[in-house]
Amino acid sequence: MLRLTAGRVGSLVARRATVALTTSSARMASHGHEVSEIADMSKPMYWDRREIPLPDKRYKDILTPADESLKEKEKGPWGQLSNEEKLALYRLSFCKTYPEMNQSSSEWKTVVAGVLYCIGLTGLVIIWQAAYVSPPAPRTFDAEWQAKQVKRMLDMRVSPIEGFAAKWDYEKGQWK
Amino acid sequence: MSLQKPLMRGLLAKRLRFHVPIAFALSMLAAVGWKYGVTEPRKQAYADFYKHYDAVKEFTGMREAGVFESVRPSGE
Repeated sequence: MLRLTAGRVGSLVARRATVALTTSSARMASHGHEVSEIADMSKPMYWDRREIPLPDKRYKDILTPADESLKEKEKGPWGQLSNEEKLALYRLSFCKTYPEMNQSSSEWKTVVAGVLYCIGLTGLVIIWQAAYVSPPAPRTFDAEWQAKQVKRMLDMRVSPIEGFAAKWDYEKGQWK
Repeated sequence: MSLQKPLMRGLLAKRLRFHVPIAFALSMLAAVGWKYGVTEPRKQAYADFYKHYDAVKEFTGMREAGVFESVRPSGE
């Protein structure tokens, strides 16, 4: 049977799950630490998700006698239900409404902060590497070599129409 | 507490009716902008370059600079 320590699952479900799995709960109780709610993922679960408008099961599993009587009344004509009763029936079946579910949070600020922090740490590591790890640059990076390279490119007329040599004035011997 | 019944059908058609003309217009704008901003100036640049292009003069210049292997500068 699949088990999941999920904080999202309502405590009512967890109580039923631990009642059903007495051996495992006894084993965990013997360890002496707090066990968070366990959800049996092989059974239908309740989800508050935008793309699941009708979850696989009702939200509240254990109904009080008042809830039971309300469910009985629901079997009759719905016009006889008051607005409060309709809302109570909704809350029996669902945990959050769509607006409540879609509420935005400030989590993005933490995420951006974490990302920038990691980038900063990486930057420090790279600076240290540039000083202590990288070997000396090849000779092609010297200023003298680069100047000779530019002269050779101009002699070859590299991209003479729109690119490199197009910007060099061959009569005057200088950049345009 | 009686809400209006929400729209159940034709949602994609409604979205397309709004977004497709905009997409078409922006694409056309991009194409026209590219043509007159990039390709026409480029064609003009090539035309101007080759209008007064002396191939022999360019070749001699490159040869004297010493970039060829098949012909060395005239001095050697």
